[in-house]
Parts: sequence; structure tokens; C-alpha cells
Amino acid sequence: MAAFQIVVLGSVVPDPLQTLEPVATPQGPALKNEAMLPHVLDPWAGHALFEAAHLATRAPGSKVTLLALGPRQKLQQVMMAVAQKVPFELVALDGPAGGFTDAHEVAARLAQAVEKLPGLDRGRLLLFGGWESASRGAGVTLQMVGERLGIPDQFFGVDQLSVVEGGGLEILERVEGGKHQVSVCAGPPAVLGWATGNLPEPKNNPQLGMANMRGVMPALQKAAAAPVGQGGVKFESVAVPRATRETRIEKDLSADQIAREILEWISQD
Amino acid sequence: MTFEGVTRPSMDVDIACVGFGPATAGFLVTLSRRLADPSRPPLESRAAPGMPLQVVCYERADDVGFGVSGVVTRARAIRAAFPDLDPAKIPMATLVSEERMLYLLDPTGASRRSVTLRAADRTLRAFHRVEDHAFELPFTPAFLRKHDGIVFSIGQLLQWVAAEVMATGVVQIWPGTPVGEALLEGRAVRGVRLLDQGVDRQGRPGAGFAPGMDVKAALTVVADGPVGAVGRQLDEALGMPAGHGRREWAVGMKVVLDLPADTPLAAGTVLHTFGFPEPEIFGFLYVHPGRVASAGIFVPSWFDSPTRTSYRYLQHFLQHPALWRLLKGARLRSWGAKSILESGRRGEPLLCGEGFARIGEGSGSTNVLNSSGVDEAFATGVQLGEGVIGLLEGGHPFTLEHLERAYVARRRESWVEREGQVAEKARHGFQRGVVTGLVGMALSGFSGGRMSLGNEPPHPAEQIGSVEGFYAGKISALEIARIRADCERRGVPLHDALMDRAGWPSIPLDGQVLVSQQDALLLGGKVQAPAGYADHVVFLDPELCRGCGKRVCVEICSAEAIRPGDAGTPTFDREKCVHCGACLWSCPTRLPGQERVNLQFRAGAGGLHSAEN
Repeated sequence: MAAFQIVVLGSVVPDPLQTLEPVATPQGPALKNEAMLPHVLDPWAGHALFEAAHLATRAPGSKVTLLALGPRQKLQQVMMAVAQKVPFELVALDGPAGGFTDAHEVAARLAQAVEKLPGLDRGRLLLFGGWESASRGAGVTLQMVGERLGIPDQFFGVDQLSVVEGGGLEILERVEGGKHQVSVCAGPPAVLGWATGNLPEPKNNPQLGMANMRGVMPALQKAAAAPVGQGGVKFESVAVPRATRETRIEKDLSADQIAREILEWISQD
Repeated sequence: MTFEGVTRPSMDVDIACVGFGPATAGFLVTLSRRLADPSRPPLESRAAPGMPLQVVCYERADDVGFGVSGVVTRARAIRAAFPDLDPAKIPMATLVSEERMLYLLDPTGASRRSVTLRAADRTLRAFHRVEDHAFELPFTPAFLRKHDGIVFSIGQLLQWVAAEVMATGVVQIWPGTPVGEALLEGRAVRGVRLLDQGVDRQGRPGAGFAPGMDVKAALTVVADGPVGAVGRQLDEALGMPAGHGRREWAVGMKVVLDLPADTPLAAGTVLHTFGFPEPEIFGFLYVHPGRVASAGIFVPSWFDSPTRTSYRYLQHFLQHPALWRLLKGARLRSWGAKSILESGRRGEPLLCGEGFARIGEGSGSTNVLNSSGVDEAFATGVQLGEGVIGLLEGGHPFTLEHLERAYVARRRESWVEREGQVAEKARHGFQRGVVTGLVGMALSGFSGGRMSLGNEPPHPAEQIGSVEGFYAGKISALEIARIRADCERRGVPLHDALMDRAGWPSIPLDGQVLVSQQDALLLGGKVQAPAGYADHVVFLDPELCRGCGKRVCVEICSAEAIRPGDAGTPTFDREKCVHCGACLWSCPTRLPGQERVNLQFRAGAGGLHSAEN
């Protein structure tokens, strides 16, 4: 199998376990106490990164680059958790990564950064990312990056990628109704927006972590400022999905009654 | 655990640190500045010749700053390390603006108070103006005062320090990577073994098995706190210094709250409380910037109730009129719990040996008179850092003798040691009761440690009384037996039924501050555990559990992770555990002839997912 140049686009999002609350700031909407919220690599991008590393092991000579646009300090923190998972090279852009940054601007910066990657071979380029983001489910950034780079073959909701004889790509894409569709393209370049994929989260490998960090820290130190959020986009209003939580104390409810209540609850729209 | 036919990977580094808390923060700040200083000769790695010194730190929690506690501290060592420290740059940090000490009287009539205390309460109410059932002490004793200090969220402080340290690029901190044990060769430590991944609850290899790596290091810095697995392994293998032991503990449980918009509390306000919900339970309220407060309690090992539920007591504490008038309308942001080693310098283990050194709370640095531990822990890290730099520059190996000279001697000459000696016996009087304990603390404090009350405390397992004894005069033994049988049948802990019966009011859950314990886990602690790790709480001999009769582990469990089991042995749910370790020192069943108890608290993964604590 010929080697690929796999570029994974992914950044940080607040740890999904946290309680989020939008607030208005002079710079536009933001999350309350955003600086204090623990962050993780966007889970969707995480799937893409793990799939990229898996593909790279099957196609010797392949290179995985994680291109991340986010606050440098948060990126540094998140890399401490990610760098032990799979081998990759980091290219960092220092800028805001919240759900309120304009996808159009982010895509422009990311596309520019991809074009500037040293030794970029568009003929072997696979652009990976999440099919959406945990900070905003619009799922458009990756598509716009692909358009800016002139890559017409784009696949979203990807759960599996196989390289077929002749170098073509066979892709399992999620479609409506909980089904998959098999798509085929001639080969790279292609854009793949990953759903969950089929791989378990890789185990921590300290040796790998140390090797990755030798490149990660210099990459963070030379992260260029990414001017996003300055395009004049105005948000009329923002909201996060309302978390509904109702607690009541029941001391003598039987298992049957509890089961009936759960059934009623999940039967609601 | 060893597995036949399994090749365990290994790698070599120069320095491996176990745990990233305040002590390791102090150590790595000191060391990383030296390593990154271009004006001084580079320090070369012996583990990887030709490379710079290889320094790694493994932290159990899923991120740095998860699962530690908020604090008010004089921050002497922290300020010395960061002379231009601006609290405004660290989220939730602010200078102390006001410090008060409140004695909380019992507004419920349910608190267990001695005759002496009841008489004192009556006198107070008769001769003093007592507002909201609280009496403000006219002054805070000098040895407790933190008026020149800083209110921190330790989680946020550690995240800030970790960012500073990592940005130098010369050391690496790896969260989500628990260390299982030290690699011991005789009395020497040769590095650490990371926990096995891809195992079942019993630690047997399963899908994706990845044996924990052996990380060999010339120096292992053990800073995994008082209930850390590596520190306790060394205590067991190498023994404690003569006359030293870990006898006194407490679990601190707290909430972080968004205060109401009209709160009268100014940032930097510090309240210390004692007297309620039980006289043995101390409390605190610290106000951070931005209308955020930390409030919580300490439940000590010398509180002799076997049904010592931290969570229910915390809820009663928050509802005390003197606090509730400030907290009503607040909203829960975060919640957590942590064990505190209250033996202070008497709990100091061997501070170093061939290839290892110990720093931080697990090294006995906490000052139990001043109620101060974070700054002391940070100071011990700085002291080790300075010592290690000297040894590296001199080309000296990390032997017992060299570490004694470079680190322990430095520590002995410091304020941490001087003040630790003053505090050494300050808590002994509490074994005879709260009033005696307070008198003992005052004696120690005002006499500079020359006077104290009481003797060396017994093993914590022997400090726990009987349920019948604790509720004597309130609930008959017959009724306790009936309640016990009923709770047994329902598979629930005893404490709620007993406290209800003893007159404690029920908790009016409001979904804001007063939430169920499971909601505190989900909304406040965001607790979770990654798959593929073994259970870290294990009951060694089920027969001993069946004969226990007290099951203090079930009652005190901060997260309801330990529950009554069908066959008399408690069950453990790893996904709820916050790793506070209170079960470890609350287990009343000692193994025959050993310091160890039947409940094993091993290295584990996961826990709190909040960095605001």
C-alpha cells in the first residue's frame, strides 16, 4: 500500500462532562469560566486521529500531522493527554477554538496552514477530521477547508476506510435511517469527516508520548497567531442545549415501577 | 501483578515523579528553570546519552489539577518561587481580605455534644449576643491566622504551574497515567511500574491488554499524597522511622458554589468554623473572585462514630443559619473530597533512600497546628529541586547519603521543619474529646510546641467506637438492631436512618446547593473512570468483612462507591470513586499483627473531572 500524507484537523473543546453556560463578553459570546474548564481533544477529531494512525501503520511511510487551531496553553495541556496515544506531528495555530468562532474564518486559516505544510504532496493527501465538533455540531469547517483546497471527494459520517487494489478508497459512510453507504473513490486527495470509526481508544504508551513531545513542544512554541473572530460576525443570540435534570427521592419504589417510569420517559418525544 | 509469557515494556529516564500535586509543582518549577536556563551548562541525560536530562511526571487523575482541594494559605514558599506572583492571573485566586472564626452552636438539637459543651453553649447564649446560632471569636489565634495569605483553587493553581513548567519544554507531565508501584531492589528504588491497561476488574488481562511499562529512573520522586499507593508501598517495605506512624486522618469534603448576585461576601473572605454539625467536625468558607465560594468540612479519624458520613454532614453544615443566610440561592459548580494526613511530622516516613526521595503531604509536611499543608508541600518540592540540581551539577549519584545531604538537611534547616516540630503533638488532645483537643491545640500553639495534651494516638482502626455507644441516650440498642436489619434488607448504609432517628432534619433538596449524593458526583465532581483498569479498592479477606459489623467504609465513602454487599462483604463501584481514600483509614479491621487493614486501596485510574476544587 502506498504511503499517505494524512492531515488531521482537530482542536480542543471543553471536557464533555462539564456544565456549559454562554455569557456575553465585549469580544462576543463565550463560555462562562472558559479558562477554568478542563479541555480535551474534540472527541470526533480524536476518532479521526486514531483512525489516521491506524491507517499509517498499514501504509508504511505514511505521515500523520495533527493541525490544531486553539489557544496555545490549552493545546499544550491537551497534548499531555493525547500524545501518549498515537504517533503524530503537531502543527499548531494559536487562536480561539470555542464554538462561537466563525467556521468560515477557521476554515480559511486551516486551509492556508495545510498549503504551507512542508513537502505537501496533494496527490497523497487525506484530510481527516470529525464530521462535527463537540463544541458546535455544524460540521461545516472540514467541508470548507476541502473546498478551499480544491478537493472534490468528500465523505462524512465515516466509520471505516479501506484501501482497495489499485489504490482506491472504499469508505463506509453513515446515511439516514441508521444505515451505512459504501462509497468508492479513485484515491487521494480526499476529505474524510469521521464519525466514531471502529477503533477503541488507544492505550497510553509513555514511550510514544516522550517521542511525540519532542516535536509537540517546539510546535507549540512556534505556533503562529491565527486571526479568527475578527471578521465582523455578530451573534444575535447563543444558547447551549438545556440540560434537564429532575431529582426526586423515592424510598419504596419497586423495580417494576422504576422500569415502567423509564419506559414512559424514553417513549416521550 | 505478573503474567507468564508477557514481555513488559520498559524505558529509561533520569527522574520519574509520582503524582503532580503542590510538592511536585515546587520540584518541577525549580528543576525546569535550571534545565531551561541558557546561561548555565546543560545537564546531560545518563539514561539517554547525548540528550538533555529526561524528566517525567506521572499523574493518576485524568488531567492535572483534578481532584485536589481549595485552600487558604500564607503561600510563603509559593511566593518565594514566584516573586512577581499576581493572583489575578490565576483563576479563582485572590488575596485574603477578611478572616473570621465562628463557633457554630447547634440549631437542630441533634448534634452529639458533651455535657461540658452543652453547658458552654448555654452560657454563650445567656451572656453573649449569638446571631444565627454562631459566636464569632474576638480574634483568630496567631498560629491559625492566614490574614496575609491567598485564597486559591489548588486545581487552578496546579494547572497554571503545569502550563508554566511544560512551556519550558524540559520536563513532561503525563496525566491519566497511574503508577502502580515502585521498582524495589532491596532498599533501593529503581523506578516505577505503570498500571496495567486492558484488564478486568480483578486485574486479569482482557481485550487490548497492555502491561504497565517499567520506567527505570536514577531518581524516583514520590509525591503521591498520603493515600498514594507508591508511598504506602515504601512505608510497608522499608518501615517508618522509630516513633513515627500515620495515626490521624481527616477527609475534607467541599463544594464550589456560584454565590447569589446580591451576596454580601467580598472576595478574599475566609471563615473558619467549629462546633457543628458535630463538635468534632471543622468547617470553612473561602470566597474566590467573581462571586464564587468554596465551603466544606473536615471529618477526622478521631470522630468515633462508625456512621461518619461526610456528605450528609456537609449538607447540614451548609444549612447552618450562619452559613445558609450567605449561601441560600447559590448554585453548585463543583464538588470533591480528599483525605488529609493529620499526623504531621509524626507521620513523616523515610524521606529518602537509594534512588528515591519523598516530598509533599505524604512525606509528613502538613502542619496540623496551622492547618496548612499546600505551602509546606510546595516548599519540600523546592527543597528537593535545589538539592537535586546540586547533585546533578556535581555529578553525584542519587544515593541515600547524597540525598540526605542535599535534600533532608535542607529541609531540616527550613521553616517547614521548625514549625512542624511545634505542631508535632498539637492534635493529641482530641483523643480525649473536642474541648480537651482545642485546649491541647492552644497549649501547643501558644507555648511554641513545648506543651501538649494527650499521648500518641492509637491506630485509626482502634479509634472507631460502636454505633450503640455513639447513639447512647438517643437511640436504644434494640432500635439500632432493628434499623440495622432494615438497612441490611434494603442494601443501604446506616447513617441516614440513624441520623433521621437521632433528630437530624431531612435535607430539603433544592437542586441548586442541596442535591443528592449521586447528583453531586455527576453535577459537581463529573466523576468517571476509564475502562480497562482493575478495581483499586479490594477487600482482602471477605470473612473479616463479614465479621466487621461496623462497615465504616460504606458509611464514609464520599461517593457511595462502596455499598453494602449481599454476603456481608461490601461492593465497590470503580466508576463512582473519587479516590479520596477515606475508606482506607476508616477500615476498622486490621490484619493480624500488621498495620495494614483488610481494605486495600491500590493505585487506580479516573476520579473527579473538575479542576475548580
